[in-house]
Amino acid sequence: MKTVQVYDPPMCCSTGLCGNDIDPALVSFAALLTELSQKSVKVERYNMGQQPTAFVENPTVKALLHKENMDALPLILLDGAVYLKGRYPTDAERAAFSHAVLGESQGL
Amino acid sequence: MELPVYQADSAHTTRYLFFTGKGGVGKTSLSCATALKLAEAGKRVLLVSTDPASNLDEVLEAKLTNKPASIAGAPKLDAMNINPVEAAAAYRERLIGPMRGLLPEAALRSMEEQLSGSCTVEIAAFDEFSGLIGNPDAAKDYDHIIFDTAPTGHTLRLMSLAKAWDQFLDNNTSGASCLGPLAGLEKQRAIYEGTVKTLADASATTLMLVSRPQLAALREAERTSKELRALGVSNQRLIINGLFETKCPADITSQAMLWRSRAALESAKEFISSLPSFVVPLRPINILGLGGLRVLLDGDGAADSAPKRMSAWTPPDMDNLETLVADIERQGNGVIMTMGKGGVGKTTVAAAIAVMLARRGHAVHLSTTDPAAHVAQTLAGQVAGLTLCKIDPVAETSAYQDEVMRAQGATMDKAGRALLEEDLRSPCTEEIAVFRAFAREVAQGKDRFVVLDTAPTGHTLLLLDASEAYNRELQRQTRSLQPESVMRLLERLRDPAFTRILLVTLPEATPVHEAAALQEDLRRAHIEPFAWVINQSLLHSGSCDPLLQRREEAEHRYLGEVVEKLSTRTAWLPWQPEEPIGPEALARLAESNLGPSIVTRNARV
Repeated sequence: MKTVQVYDPPMCCSTGLCGNDIDPALVSFAALLTELSQKSVKVERYNMGQQPTAFVENPTVKALLHKENMDALPLILLDGAVYLKGRYPTDAERAAFSHAVLGESQGL
Repeated sequence: MELPVYQADSAHTTRYLFFTGKGGVGKTSLSCATALKLAEAGKRVLLVSTDPASNLDEVLEAKLTNKPASIAGAPKLDAMNINPVEAAAAYRERLIGPMRGLLPEAALRSMEEQLSGSCTVEIAAFDEFSGLIGNPDAAKDYDHIIFDTAPTGHTLRLMSLAKAWDQFLDNNTSGASCLGPLAGLEKQRAIYEGTVKTLADASATTLMLVSRPQLAALREAERTSKELRALGVSNQRLIINGLFETKCPADITSQAMLWRSRAALESAKEFISSLPSFVVPLRPINILGLGGLRVLLDGDGAADSAPKRMSAWTPPDMDNLETLVADIERQGNGVIMTMGKGGVGKTTVAAAIAVMLARRGHAVHLSTTDPAAHVAQTLAGQVAGLTLCKIDPVAETSAYQDEVMRAQGATMDKAGRALLEEDLRSPCTEEIAVFRAFAREVAQGKDRFVVLDTAPTGHTLLLLDASEAYNRELQRQTRSLQPESVMRLLERLRDPAFTRILLVTLPEATPVHEAAALQEDLRRAHIEPFAWVINQSLLHSGSCDPLLQRREEAEHRYLGEVVEKLSTRTAWLPWQPEEPIGPEALARLAESNLGPSIVTRNARV
């Protein structure tokens, strides 16, 4: 089973809605994560404003944060390795992402 | 309508008492007086304030902290003051503190900003007082625990989400729900559930709805009553505070006062008779100190009715409102905001200024945020050049939700839209929507006059605070879609040539001192008030009623304090025998002069 870990910057909601602004890529990505979690993918999502400990406990995340500060976030790990850094997947990239997560045989 | 006089009687008092009501109705005085009475009847009582602008210190004449402290002169009474803003700061520190040294500075700053919204403040306050209610061991040495505020329907709804919340916390790896600041408090779940249950238990909790004999205050009490009843808080009582019975019915002031309160009770009689209702008579003095609190419930015997010989006193120099308006109009445009404690007449003063400016030929936009405001509505279509707007949180929220769904939802897939819709139901949405509406109204002052009566003090401050936090955040953001009005709000509020803030107060201790505290807060945010307005003064009313005479004399000290110590300029408005509704009455109010200090006693009608 694949594991997806998402480290979000501090925000009020999973869609970032309660911030100053809405990022459509974030909203669609959040929805995709929900779908993936229902398809035998282990999805872990951490919000720096609520679960800051998670950012310190993962050495990859911690190191990147110290090197690149907040520019490293959001950070998406696939099976522990950095998949995407500093932004959420665009509309075009989301298909490739679910492909990578679910494997060759299964599309969404 | 004959209603019994309110008695704080231990045999009929539940363990928990919550006092709620519109600003200025006397929640703090009545909760203190009740606590004192119960303590003097031999009960152990804890009095708790969770109001950010609490004046418990002033009423009890004691310096209180967030730990129970005994009150000198009342051995069985302890009191404490939970400041929700400080509680939120402590909550932030609980989350951020352990991360210092582990996360980079920029990350810590970012967390701090995210946790500075008003949602966090509300939840932190609930968190603090839940500790006293939901945990059976807490405060177990006390027979009665009395709160001078009650949780809002909003907070209760949030807390009643316990089921959804459980679910979320059990699978929170997917992050599919917008719990915001709640998530950091997950360990207290059992305590919250206990709190919600205790609030709904009629044998444990009484909700005391406090009102004045005024229609707006009674309507607010009715709204709260219904809202909290729907959430299960069913053991409710109504106290109508400050009911006036004159000893000298011949004089115009006392007659008008009497008539006005009777009319208000008459229009709200259905609500009043729907629950156990009580009255507290109007008292001649400011309710301060233990002595004052005893007078509030028990009266002052003979002193109430003895005629009063007024001492000679020359009032300090004060303008009328028209003079201020003449000064304001020179700028040609800009924002005028009335601020102050609830119940001091911010909407009335804002409406009077708007009418005066419009009559002088200016384009004026009057915008009210006070949900109970009816003053502004009576001006619709009455004055040339005057437009009206009401910031209605429900309508603003729904418009904002639509806007977001239209702008952002279009490019999303179905699942994305569903998730966005769900998050748009979160309480933060309302905060943002109202904030944007406020910024929008302020921005209109570029080419005309905009007059705003702001929401009650605490909320106003949160708005200003939020604008500061927003400003910092926005400066960092390059991808911002925020309207220009939001980006430039704080800058506009700080510009003395653009924004003029009027601090409105009654000539009484608590409203004056709360306005003074507000002035300090504004100065900390680098905003300097333009003037003070003293509203509803009985000075020179010439009343022959001994109680009103005493109240008039009690004003001297506060008029002096405002003019000599607090303000650089002050406008004075008299108490009006008829409620100032409609353009004519508002203009008359603005034109009222203090006049020569000659008083005609016992003026007959």
